[in-house]
Amino acid sequence: MVNARGISFSKVMLILGLLFLYLPMFVLIVYSFNASRLVSVWAGFSTHWYSALFEDQQILSAVWMSLKIAFYSASMAMCLGTLCAFVITRFKRMRGRTLLSGMITAPLVMPEVITGLSLLLLFVQLAELTGWPADRGMVTIWIAHTTFCSAYVAVVVSARLQEVDRSIEEAAMDLGCTPLKTFFVVTLPVIAPALVSGWLLAFTLSLDDLVIASFVSGPGSTTLPMVVFSSVRMGVSPKINALATLIILTVSLVAFIAWYVMRRNEKRRRSGRLS
Amino acid sequence: MNRNPIPAPLTARVRTLLFHRRVLFGIPFAWLLLFFLLPFALILKISLTSAVMAIPPYEPVFRLAENTLSVVVNFGNYLFLLSDSLYVAAYWGSVKTALISTIACLLIGYPMAYAMARAPKHWQLVLLLLVMLPSWTSFLIRVYAWMGILGNQGLLNSLLLWLGLIDEPLKMLNTNFAVILGITYAYLPFMVLPIFTNLVKLDLRLLEAASDLGCRSITTFWAITLPLSKAGILAGCMLVFIPAVGEFVIPELLGGPDTLMIGKVLWEEFFNNRDWPVASALAIVMLALLLVPIVLFHRFQSREMSKNG
Repeated sequence: MVNARGISFSKVMLILGLLFLYLPMFVLIVYSFNASRLVSVWAGFSTHWYSALFEDQQILSAVWMSLKIAFYSASMAMCLGTLCAFVITRFKRMRGRTLLSGMITAPLVMPEVITGLSLLLLFVQLAELTGWPADRGMVTIWIAHTTFCSAYVAVVVSARLQEVDRSIEEAAMDLGCTPLKTFFVVTLPVIAPALVSGWLLAFTLSLDDLVIASFVSGPGSTTLPMVVFSSVRMGVSPKINALATLIILTVSLVAFIAWYVMRRNEKRRRSGRLS
Repeated sequence: MNRNPIPAPLTARVRTLLFHRRVLFGIPFAWLLLFFLLPFALILKISLTSAVMAIPPYEPVFRLAENTLSVVVNFGNYLFLLSDSLYVAAYWGSVKTALISTIACLLIGYPMAYAMARAPKHWQLVLLLLVMLPSWTSFLIRVYAWMGILGNQGLLNSLLLWLGLIDEPLKMLNTNFAVILGITYAYLPFMVLPIFTNLVKLDLRLLEAASDLGCRSITTFWAITLPLSKAGILAGCMLVFIPAVGEFVIPELLGGPDTLMIGKVLWEEFFNNRDWPVASALAIVMLALLLVPIVLFHRFQSREMSKNG
C-alpha cells in the first residue's frame, strides 16, 4: 500500500471510489437529453426536457424562493459563524465557552428530523407567547438555515484563524490600533478566503435542505427541494434530470473557478517568496 | 504615593475592552441558545404531553386553573413507544443500517483518503475538490439518481439482462440494500474528508524510519499509519453514522415498505398522523441513543477548533 509509484491498492480504490461518486451523476446528465421518458430506452438526443423545465412556473418560483433564502442564510451564517469561530479560538477563558463550542459543533451531525422538529416547536410556542412569527415561511426557514449553516462556517473559518500569525495582530495593537480596527485591517484580509468558502458552503447547504425547511415552512413558501421531492416521490422524471444537470454544471463551474483562483494564489505566493 | 499601579484611564479602557468581548461573545451565544438549545427543551416538554385535536395539537403541561398552577406530565408516549414493536424495530433498523453504511464508507473511504494523501501536492487539491464536489450538488438529486439506476426497468437491470447474467430483473430498488447503498454513496465524501486531513499531516519521517529499520510496508501501515489516523477515522465515522441514523430522504426514496427507519417513522408521525407528542418522544429517544456518538464527535471537533490558536 505504501509504494509511491505504480499501481497500488489504494490508488485503485481511489479511482473506483471516484467512479462510484460520479457515474450516477453522469447517468443523470446523459438521460436529461433522452427524448424518451423511460430510463431503459434511448430514443435519441433532445433538449425537450430543458424547455419543459423552463416552462414550469412552479419550479421556477421555487428556484427563486430557494435562491433568496440561501443568499440571506449564507450571509447571516457567514457573520454568525465567523463570530463564533473568533470567540472560540481567541477568548480561551470566557465563561460559557464550552457550551458555545458544544452548540456550534452539534448541528454538524444532528439528524435533520430532530433539528426541524425542535425548531418548529420553538416557532409554534413563540407564536403562542409573543404573537411572532405569525405565520411560518421565509423568515422561519432563514432562521433555521442560518443556525445550522453557521456551524459549517465556524469550522471552516476557525481552521483558517488558527493559521493567522498572531504577532502581526499584536504589532498592530501595539502601534495603537483598536481591536476592532485590527480585526478589519489585519485579521479579516487573511481569513477572507475562508469566509468566501464558508459562504459558498452555507449557500449550497441552504439550497439543498429539504427536511428542516419542510418542518418550519408554511403554506406559500415552497422551496426547490420540496418541489423536487414531491415530484421524484412519484418516480423518475426527465424534467428533474434536466434540473439536476443544470445544478451539477453550475456547481462544477464554481468549483473550477475556485480551484483556478486557489492555484493562482499558490503560484503567486511561491514566486513572491522566491523574489 | 500612588497605590494603584494602573492609571485610571487604563482600567477604564480594560473594562470597556472586556465589555466589548462579552458583547461579541454574547451575540452567537444568545442566537444558538434561542434557536438551538431551547428547542430541545421544548421537544422534551411536548413529548410529555398528550395529543389532542387542536391547534397546536397537544395539551399544555402547565395549566392555570382556579389560581393553582398544575403540572400535567404524561409519560404515556414513552410507554407507547416501548409497547409497540414497530418503534423498537425502527430504532434497531436505523442503527443497523447506519452501522453497515458507516463500515462500507470506511472501507471505501480510507483507501481513497490514503491515496489522496500520498498523491503529489499539486494533485491533492484537485482530488479533494473532486471528492467534495458531489456533496455540494444536491443531496436529493444524488439519491434520486439511484432510482433510475436500481429500478426494475433501470439501467443496472437492463445492463445485466443485456449481458445475459440474469433472466428477469432483480428487485433492487425499494429494498434495504438500496438504502445502504444510498447512504454509503451520499455520505462517502464526509468520511474521506476528515481522514484525508488527518493523513496529510502524518509525519512521513516516521514511515521512513520504519522502513529503514526493516519494517515491511504492510506492517508499517498497521503499526504506524492506522493508529495515527485514529482521530480522523473516528470523526469520519461520526459524521456518517449520526446523521444516517436519523436519515429520512434515503429510506423514503430508495427503501421499501419493510424498511423501518426512525427518521421516516418520525416524519410520518408528525406529518401524516399529526401526533406531535409521539414524534417528540421519538426524537428524544433518538437523541438519547446518539448522545455518546455526539459527545465523541464534539470532543474531536473542539480539539480541532482550538488546537494552536
